Amino acid sequence: MIAQLTLNERTSALGLLILVALTGALMAVIGGDDPFAAHGVIIILFCAVIAAFVISGFDAPEPRIDRQDSYYDDPTKVGIGLSMAWAVFGMFMGVWVAAQLAWPDLAFDGAWSSFGRIRPTHTTGVIFGFGGNALIATSFHVVQRTSRVRLAGQISPWFVLLGYNLFCLLAVTGYFMGVTQSKEYAEPEWYADLWLVVVWVTYFVVFLRTLARRREPHIYVANWYFMAFIVVVAILHIVNNLAVPISFTQSKSYTIWPGVQDAMVQWWYGHNAVAFFLTAGFLGMLYYYLPKRAERPIFSYRLSILSFWGITFFYMWAGSHHLHYTALPHWVQNLGMTFSVMLLVPSWASAGNALLTLNGAWDKVRDDATLRFMMAAVVFYGLSTFEGSFMAIRPVNSLSHYTDWTVGHVHAGALGWVALITFGSLYTLVPALWKRPQMYSPALVEAHFWLAIAGTLIYVFAMWNSGIIQGLMWRTYTEEGSLAYSFVDTLVAMYPYYIARTVGGALFLLGAIIGSYNIWMTAKRPFMPAATDDVPQALSPAHARVPAE
Amino acid sequence: MIVDHDTVVHFAKSWGLFYLIGFFAVVCVYTFWPSNRQRFRDAKSKILERDDKPCR
Ligand code: HEM
Ligand code: HEM
Repeated sequence: MIAQLTLNERTSALGLLILVALTGALMAVIGGDDPFAAHGVIIILFCAVIAAFVISGFDAPEPRIDRQDSYYDDPTKVGIGLSMAWAVFGMFMGVWVAAQLAWPDLAFDGAWSSFGRIRPTHTTGVIFGFGGNALIATSFHVVQRTSRVRLAGQISPWFVLLGYNLFCLLAVTGYFMGVTQSKEYAEPEWYADLWLVVVWVTYFVVFLRTLARRREPHIYVANWYFMAFIVVVAILHIVNNLAVPISFTQSKSYTIWPGVQDAMVQWWYGHNAVAFFLTAGFLGMLYYYLPKRAERPIFSYRLSILSFWGITFFYMWAGSHHLHYTALPHWVQNLGMTFSVMLLVPSWASAGNALLTLNGAWDKVRDDATLRFMMAAVVFYGLSTFEGSFMAIRPVNSLSHYTDWTVGHVHAGALGWVALITFGSLYTLVPALWKRPQMYSPALVEAHFWLAIAGTLIYVFAMWNSGIIQGLMWRTYTEEGSLAYSFVDTLVAMYPYYIARTVGGALFLLGAIIGSYNIWMTAKRPFMPAATDDVPQALSPAHARVPAE
Repeated sequence: MIVDHDTVVHFAKSWGLFYLIGFFAVVCVYTFWPSNRQRFRDAKSKILERDDKPCR
């Protein structure tokens, strides 16, 4: 890996690491006993580990061949590993959070392990850790193949990948210590946010420079989605995180947005994080890996363009559906509601386009669990966008809001769409990257598929049931006009569903662990052809071709 | 002129609307422009070709 870098590049990598570590040292010194100082130490350790790695390969011979003749896949390979590691961590935390809701004692009376602290480690771990790393890894792969040119820069892709993981690490360790901005999906504090701006702008530049060098006249649509993901996340992140720290030696800051504007900015951010983090980038994966795996071009390229612009321009206006029945002006709520319903059109256009691509290759879908992952992902995408458009209608939202129905919707999207499309893409990508004819064990891919499907269905059905029961109980009145159920009554009603959700989540986690093992073994072990012992010797084609003596 | 709530509403309901309609028209023209047909057809089939080396 280091051998791919020239001596100069190795030196500047070390220089960069020292610079970042020095910043960490400064934070550790001026931070006193604030978590700010602890984060300084974490930054130093992070840099030290990478520096040790660079130094260990420092004396390797320099690359002699012209690097422009080959694709740059090392960052993608490491990104896949990091993505799966975060998946296991984030989903484990998810199962723990789920278990705490059923059995609150599982917080073990620790401050760090209380519900409010480990919940964001779950959301950050899966969305940013698992999803983000998968997006960076696949976007680097796709942009090179579709542009037929090597990635721009030698160190900058590493800076993007590792810098991003430093951000995730600061975020998650911060929650355990109680550091948070209290904005959902934007919890990390100001210094981590500033760092992410630097990393993200570099990402944008790497991507853009690679596209600018492309050898293809047309930019393939998957890249548009990745580009939209990068650009919009940059804008969202900066605007939502504008804040003033209480001092430059402490982690706490306050947002510059007051009152209802803050709520609107937060959910404009929150909803577009769903749209551009959890949807656009993954659609980019879909538009490349699905045709690749099915060996069929996308059904309609024009439809993919129309739905791209539809999604990009409708999603922007939909955020206010998170704030129905609040102090937000009524017309803004209506705007969000209308755009959410219109969003169904481009969403289903993408889903339909993907399913029609598979039309005529159903035998492949049946035989190949990888393709089945992607097909199931598309079905869940169609389902969760339909559900979302429905929940955005104000009277429906009055039933669903604050209930587990929302959580059910979230995980129909997150498990069913985001995670399944990622696994399908990784199972397509991993053998190609490591030059293996197939995954280490197709049987384990199959097992992962069924665990994932079972886990998702159990999770989502449990939450739909519990959410609707909860919503209905909250609005049931007695004849005298008082509420029929106390809050505790609803908790008792939800108890069995919380247990079911924990079980479903555990199955899903198990699948992810199996997937990680399979990916690891594919990368590490030379390929071993499937055993053919169970085929009668005389019938095996190799045998038959031996000429008779 | 004071920028208040009504100003914003007015802007959203007029220019906001024109901008979206205009955008829609531009995207449709681009998508269905006859000379783009071949380019899109190439784009969708080319990704299926072998790709183990950059093109130089
Ligand atoms: C092993 C599988 C998983 C389990 C057991 C699990 C469990 C949970 C639990 C218990 C919550 C808190 C719900 C509450 O506060 O009532 C939650 C929230 C959340 N999870 Fe997961 N999760 C899993 C996988 C995922 C994945 C893969 C993603 C994303 C790609 C994800 C995204 C989210 C989000 C965005 C929330 C916040 C929802 C909201 O605020 O409405 N989860 N999850
Ligand atoms: C057409 C597409 C979609 C629409 C219109 C939509 C609409 C909605 C609505 C109305 C809510 C409930 C807001 C509330 O009552 O607080 C919601 C929540 C949510 N949706 Fe969707 N949704 C869509 C697609 C998706 C997809 C594909 C995902 C992917 C993972 C997703 C993830 C989420 C998350 C994470 C939340 C919870 C936010 C929170 O409260 O923390 N949505 N969505």
